[in-house]
Amino acid sequence: MDILINKALAGDMRAIARIISLIENGDPIADAVMRRIYPLTGKAMVIGITGSPGAGKSTLTDKLIESFRKKGKTVGIIAVDPSSPFSGGAILADRIRMQRHTGDEGVYIRSMGTRGSLGGLSRGTREAVLLLDACGKDVIIIETVGVGQSEVDIIKIADTVCVVLVPGMGDDIQIMKAGIMEIANVFAINKADKPGVDRVAAEVRLMLELVRDKSWTPPVHLTVAENGTGVEEFAESIVKHHEFIKNSPEGARFEFRRLSSEVEDILLKNLTRKAEKVWRSQKSGKLMEDLAARKTNPYTVASDILRKLFPQADYDEGIKEANTSHVTPDN
Amino acid sequence: MDERKIRVVVAKPGLDGHDRGAKVVARALRDAGMEVVYTGLRQTPEQIVETVLQEDADAVGISILSGAHTFYFTKIIGLLKEKDAGDIIVFGGGVIPDKDIPGLLEAGAGAVFGPGTPTSVCVEWLEKAVADKRAKEQ
Ligand code: B12
Ligand SMILES: Nc1nc2c(ncn2[C@@H]2O[C@H](COP(=O)(O)OP(=O)(O)OP(=O)(O)O)[C@@H](O)[C@H]2O)c(=O)[nH]1
Ligand SMILES: [Mg+2]
Repeated sequence: MDILINKALAGDMRAIARIISLIENGDPIADAVMRRIYPLTGKAMVIGITGSPGAGKSTLTDKLIESFRKKGKTVGIIAVDPSSPFSGGAILADRIRMQRHTGDEGVYIRSMGTRGSLGGLSRGTREAVLLLDACGKDVIIIETVGVGQSEVDIIKIADTVCVVLVPGMGDDIQIMKAGIMEIANVFAINKADKPGVDRVAAEVRLMLELVRDKSWTPPVHLTVAENGTGVEEFAESIVKHHEFIKNSPEGARFEFRRLSSEVEDILLKNLTRKAEKVWRSQKSGKLMEDLAARKTNPYTVASDILRKLFPQADYDEGIKEANTSHVTPDN
Repeated sequence: MDERKIRVVVAKPGLDGHDRGAKVVARALRDAGMEVVYTGLRQTPEQIVETVLQEDADAVGISILSGAHTFYFTKIIGLLKEKDAGDIIVFGGGVIPDKDIPGLLEAGAGAVFGPGTPTSVCVEWLEKAVADKRAKEQ
């Protein structure tokens, strides 16, 4: 294992690729790798690209890679596409738009399937980003799956979140509702070669006037990702936001919030794994029949499992409360 | 450990623009639970091999209907060996005359499927090939 990590840290692409697979597969080794590399992280500029399906995220990412490469930066890309909820398989096709960079030693592109994760990213995205960061990539771009209104996990990982909008995505109510509007640090209104861009841009700007936090107003850029129009300015805004985040009190607060959510996620992930393990070992035909016959109930079964995990804690809290206080019918 | 998925790159080398077969096979592999990285058209052998390595794929499926199969299969297999990645499964299909198939297998291709092959045959073959490969790794 150490050999593999050292190779990856020295920049060996195949070692990096192999470790990302271990992470994706939930290999227990992954935690040890993260502990080992964590001190080396925090140097890369981490950019998230999100937006509705087909908005041009991959095409825009391709142009961003070009822009950063011209400035001599090395770039890592994590491109997430949805896994089928039925077969668990996936067609990972974001890469098609970036293939011209394959073969450039300063670029590493990895496609990931969501594998049941619902927040617009895949299970191992965070760890893969940390790994690329530790291995010395200057810029890391994460392309989320095509999102609708509430898949906003990207804010937990990216320093700068770019939301890609396109003309014809619905009326202003749609724009108001979309959760992704609130997470943007930089906007790209892509497909600016199509009619309706000005209206979308105007609506976004109007919405931004209502934002209370005035320390950073998300810039709105019109882009044509297909031919690169507007991409340079868009990239400049990303870099500016990154500087802002690194040098302002908001930035420090943001970093604390993010680290806190990181601890929370790891904690929950490990708890879930442990709890699932106990549940699987307890699950029997007899128990299922008892449940079906209402001889016991899911709540009792679950608190029995929790009791196994944390013997000291008090799981009957709610019950006691219910017996003594407000819920009693005579009150 | 969660599940170790089969990862496979489906690639279209050269100027050949026939992509129906590649897409049909990619979907069939997806429906069998695999993660399929599709490269799109007009890839050089170097790009294909680099993609396979970056994606840590178990296998690469090549689709060729242009007649240039012997060149591309040989080249891709050779590059993989050069990169110390000769264990990665190479297979494929397309319009490939029967008489050319033994040569491709000799060069190191695992299997070659011609027009009209039910996709289930390709899927089952790959599942078995990956299982064998992984068994050897242990
Ligand atoms: C449809 C078609 C086209 C369409 C392509 C549309 C598209 N986007 O794919 C169009 C009209 C654009 C076209 C154009 C041309 N075509 Co054309 N075309 C065909 C045709 C009739 C069917 C191909 C097809 O889609 N089959 C359906 C798919 C599902 O089958 P398949 O690709 O064979 O895939 C199956 C297997 O081969 C295998 N398989 C394929 N790939 C892979 C990959 C993996 C990993 C695996 C496991 C299996 C596998 O599994 C699939 C399922 O069974 C064939 C003739 C034929 N009967 O094959 C000619 C054919 C391939 N074309 C031919 C030619 C010459 C051309 C042109 C050069 C000019 C012309 N004469 O029309 C142009 C070139 C275009 C280009 N840029 O490359 C020749 C090729 C000759 C050769 N190999 O020596 C053929 C064989 C016709 C012929 N008999 O002359 N063509
Ligand atoms: N007219 C126009 N088309 C564009 C532009 N940018 C991208 N496209 C096209 O839009 C389609 C989708 O582009 P992608 O980059 O794959 O979009 P995406 O957001 O990554 O898509 P998903 O990952 O599937 O959600 C492709 O056909 C692109 O060629 C643009 O600026 N103008
Ligand atoms: Mg995409």
